[in-house]
Order: sequence, then structure tokens, then C-alpha cells
Amino acid sequence: MTDDVLLDVKNIALSFGGVRALKDVSFSVKKGEVFSIIGPNGAGKTSMLNCISGRYQPNEGQIIYKGKEMIGLKPNQRCELGMGRTFQNLALFNHMTVLENIMVGRHHQLKNNALSGSLYWFTGAQKEELAHRREVEEIIDFLEITHIRKSVAGTLSYGLRKRVELARAVALKPDMILLDEPMAGMNLEEKEDMARYVIDLNEEWGMTVIMIEHDMGVVMDISNRVMVLDFGKKIAMGTPEEVMANPYVKSAYLGEEIELDQDDLNAEANA
Amino acid sequence: MASHNTMKCGDFRTTYEKDSTIFPTPFSRKMVLASIAFLLIMPIFADSYVLNLSIQIGYYAVAALGLNILVGFTGQISLGHAAFFGFGAFASAWINNSTGIPVFFSIPLAGLLTMAVGLMFGVPAGRIKGLYLAIATLASQYILEDFFGRAGWFTGGPYGAMANPVSIFGFAFDSDQSFFYIVLFWLVLSFVLGANLMRSRDGRALVAVRDHYLSAEIMGINLTKYRIMSFGISSFFAGIGGALFGHYLGFISAEGFNILLSIQFLAMIIIGGLGSVMGSLMGVIFMVLLPEVMEFAAGGLRDVFPSLAHSMTYLKQMSIGIAIILFLIFEPDGLAHRWRMTKAYWKLYPFSY
Repeated sequence: MTDDVLLDVKNIALSFGGVRALKDVSFSVKKGEVFSIIGPNGAGKTSMLNCISGRYQPNEGQIIYKGKEMIGLKPNQRCELGMGRTFQNLALFNHMTVLENIMVGRHHQLKNNALSGSLYWFTGAQKEELAHRREVEEIIDFLEITHIRKSVAGTLSYGLRKRVELARAVALKPDMILLDEPMAGMNLEEKEDMARYVIDLNEEWGMTVIMIEHDMGVVMDISNRVMVLDFGKKIAMGTPEEVMANPYVKSAYLGEEIELDQDDLNAEANA
Repeated sequence: MASHNTMKCGDFRTTYEKDSTIFPTPFSRKMVLASIAFLLIMPIFADSYVLNLSIQIGYYAVAALGLNILVGFTGQISLGHAAFFGFGAFASAWINNSTGIPVFFSIPLAGLLTMAVGLMFGVPAGRIKGLYLAIATLASQYILEDFFGRAGWFTGGPYGAMANPVSIFGFAFDSDQSFFYIVLFWLVLSFVLGANLMRSRDGRALVAVRDHYLSAEIMGINLTKYRIMSFGISSFFAGIGGALFGHYLGFISAEGFNILLSIQFLAMIIIGGLGSVMGSLMGVIFMVLLPEVMEFAAGGLRDVFPSLAHSMTYLKQMSIGIAIILFLIFEPDGLAHRWRMTKAYWKLYPFSY
């Protein structure tokens, strides 16, 4: 792991009408890290991810990715800068085959357009498509979905769809991948597989991972650092061990009666 | 159950190229090539009635393919397709009459001009969806209809416009037999272009926009660009279809390009199968031949029940309506889907599991 900061999130605030989903959240993610965001339901984890990927524009704050300001850029522009993500609720293209779904992930790396694509054989579009098909097959192989590559995505089981969604995000060749609950609704075996994929993506494919996950076992096992959100506020950040020992985290998760002094909380969070 | 991706026994694909062909099996490709070969010799023996219907199917199919790219593949809705069809007809006649460019070349130019107009009317599509977009395209239908009525320099106004027959190097395609080849050329070209589009980058992007626009955007697809582009592509094919229509009839007047024709185009692609290139053709064949079949049946009934003779016209119209309704109830995915199911059934027959 190097010490280069890949993503720097500064003082993000986001509100929907009167609801303040995120309050003054700051953190930075280093290149090559597995960074997890945890917190109880409604804590603002997905909102945070949506701010990073561009679906929401935060009301205040800065998001610096690879030294560039992200606020104001659309999701597709951020994608071109090397940001990929998966969704908490499945967001596959249900009427396309698995292969086509993953090929959509190559969109910004392909050069052919409506005209050259229509003239397929004469413009090099065929050659380009086939070259990318080859690379996509490697991803399919890696995620062990070879047997379903011609199936229509909408007909697959939940666990497989999650995996196809990961494959699609990997096809973007992102430097940083945002995973929103990659293991939700899976059984133990599927979770183990998914954890292995995440580790491989991080270590072999060199992707920085930001992950939201509820399964504490997985989070504590594979994360380099963990950030805890509660009611839109950052209440703790650090290595898994540090976070587990943090009294505010225990309070947020278990509801233990701990006197939470607001100033203490802020001091802790900004430390 | 047999799914439509069941591969045929003995069909081994050893390269990615063989796995991304337009036709699923070599057999289906050969069948289509054989059909085209048959169509090439058809004018020699077919009578003018058959040729007339075939030409109708041809130019409507080109336009329907355009609408299917917009509605079926991109998930946008358009109630103004007939207006673009009409614009293509007038544009081609106007280019030919005012500049003297041969009709053979004015047809694609008309397609491009219609595309420009379609892109313009497609701009609202970048922002609005669903029923709101339907109303916006309805506006384009009426704006263009009004334009046809007023722009005398372009359309001949209330008198209509004369369209010369297709000619190139002094050879005029002015009979049904010869014009058939022009239509066949554009039909095959359009469908090849359409099929290629759908298996390359931008075609996939269009379908992605339809299926899940939020994740399409995360995948790096510029939603506004592709929504507007879809209108452009759709109008291009509408323009080509319209131009063929115009040069076939020889005379173009604005009345035909009304909302009814727009809805008929929608019916064609819904019956044929939304989101299917070949479905567009099947739907057009169905919609063009249905009234003829009904006419034929009505003729037979008239002989059997002479007392029904005067109400036969209504019965015929009603039967067409009923046929369409039954279709939508029992085959909502269209003829293309039924075709795939039939093929899958025979592939495994008689052991269907």
C-alpha cells in the first residue's frame, strides 16, 4: 500500500428538504486500500456513495478524486476518470444477456460509434468489439460466471446477478470501485466467494475498494480501514480493531447507554 | 424448459467472431440469404398485386425499423413517426426537383435531412420521459403537419409535390418490377445496418438507457446524447422509408402523414416485437397483409351469405381490430418472440425437456 491519497472527501453535507442525510463528513482513501463504510440503517452510507459516484450533488463540501474536483461532474464523466460502482438494489440491464451487460461496461473504452458500428465489418468495429470481448471473457472467467454468459440477466438468481453486476463494474477498468452491499442477501458460501473476489480485485487487479457492508465479520476481515456513520455523522474511523473498540460505535450499534458528549464526538471524528 | 439460447447440437463456436454473428445459426443465415435470392428473382413471375404489397412492406419496414430503434430499443416513445416519414418523402422530392440531384442519391440525402429534423425534435427527449415525451412528440407530429401545409416551396402546399421515379445513369426504375429492387436494396441495407448497430457499442448503450438509465449513466453512458441520438437514427430510417414511398407513388400530399399513420407504425412494431430487428419486418408484414387477408375472407363470406354483403366492410374493419387486440393479449412480446419460441420448440422436439 502506498500513501498516495486517491480520494479526498472534505466536509460533505447533503440534505433532502429538512432531512440532513450527511453532516460534515470528511475522509480520505489511499490508493490500494480496502475502505469500508459501516453504520446502522439510514446512517447515510449509500448517500455518501451516491455523492462520490455523482448521483447526488452534495450541498456543501468537496470531493477530490485523483486531484480533480468531482462536484459538478456527471456520473458518466466520473466513470471516464476511472470510477466504477455497483448498486445495493440490483441495477442490471434485465433484458440483455450477461455478456452484453458486461460489454456495456466497456462503453467508454470502445471507440466505435453509431455509424462505424453499423458498418461493422468495414470500420474496424468488429475487430475492436472482438478484442474487448476477449478481455471481458477474462472477467467472466475470474468471477466464475462462464456458464451463464448467454443467459438473460433478468432470469438469474439474486446471487448470480450480484456477481454479474460486479463483473460489469470491473469491466469499466476502474482505479476505484464502489461496492454497495456486495454481500447482502447471500448465503455463507456466496459471501465467502464474494469476499475472495473483492480481495483479488484489490490485490491482483490493483483496484482501490470502497465498500458498504453489513456483515461485520467480512468487513473486519478484509478492510484496511473502516469508517462508521450514524445519523449522517462520522462517529469513528480507523483500523478494524480501533473501530471495534470505539465506545461510540458500540453505542450506535448496540444502543448502550453511554453519555455522548457532542464535543467529544466531534473531536473523535476529526482526529 | 427450452430457453431461446439453447444451442443446436453440433454447432460449436470456436472463435468469438463466430459467437457474435447477426444470425444465431449458420442455418438461419442461409435461410435469410435464400429468401433474399428468392426476392431477387420474384419480380420476374410475380403479378403487380404481389409486387405492390411487397413494395409497401418494404418502405414501411424501413420506417418501422427506425421506430423500433427508438421505442423498442431505447424505450422512448414517439407519436410523430408518420410526420418524419412524410418529411422524408417531401425532402427527397424537393432535393431532386430543386437541385437536380438524381433520385437515387436524393433518397439517402433525404434521410440525412430528416435525421437533422429528428435530432432537433429529439432535444426535449433528453429531459422528459414517458407520457410527457409522448405529448412532446405529438407536438412534433402537428408542427410538421402544419409545416407541410404551409411551406409551399418545400411541399407544394395544398397541391402536393411531384416525385420523379428513381433513375440513375439514364435508367429509370419506373415500373413496379424495377422499383422493387430499389426497395429491396434499402430494406436489406437498413436491416443490416440496424442489426450491426445493435451488436456494437452504441446499440448496447441505447438498450442500457432503456433497461436502467441510472446504472447506464454510472457505466459512462451520456443519457442526453443517446436519447437524442436515438431520435436521429429513428428519423433517418423514417426519412428513407418516406422517400421510397414518395418516389413509388410519384405524387406526395400531406394528408397521409397524420397521427393515424403514426399509431399504425406503433402497432406494427408492437405486434412484430419491441426490441427486435426482425420483429419490425414481421410486424409490417402482418399489418400490411391483414387487411388483404380479411378482404379475401370477406369476399368468400359474401358468396356464402349474400345478405351480409353490405355490412362486409364493417365486419372487415372490426376483424382487423379484433385480430390486433387478440394479438396483444396472447402474444404481447410480438411475433419475433413467437418465432423464437417456435424455433426452440422444434430444436428439442419431441423431447422438450
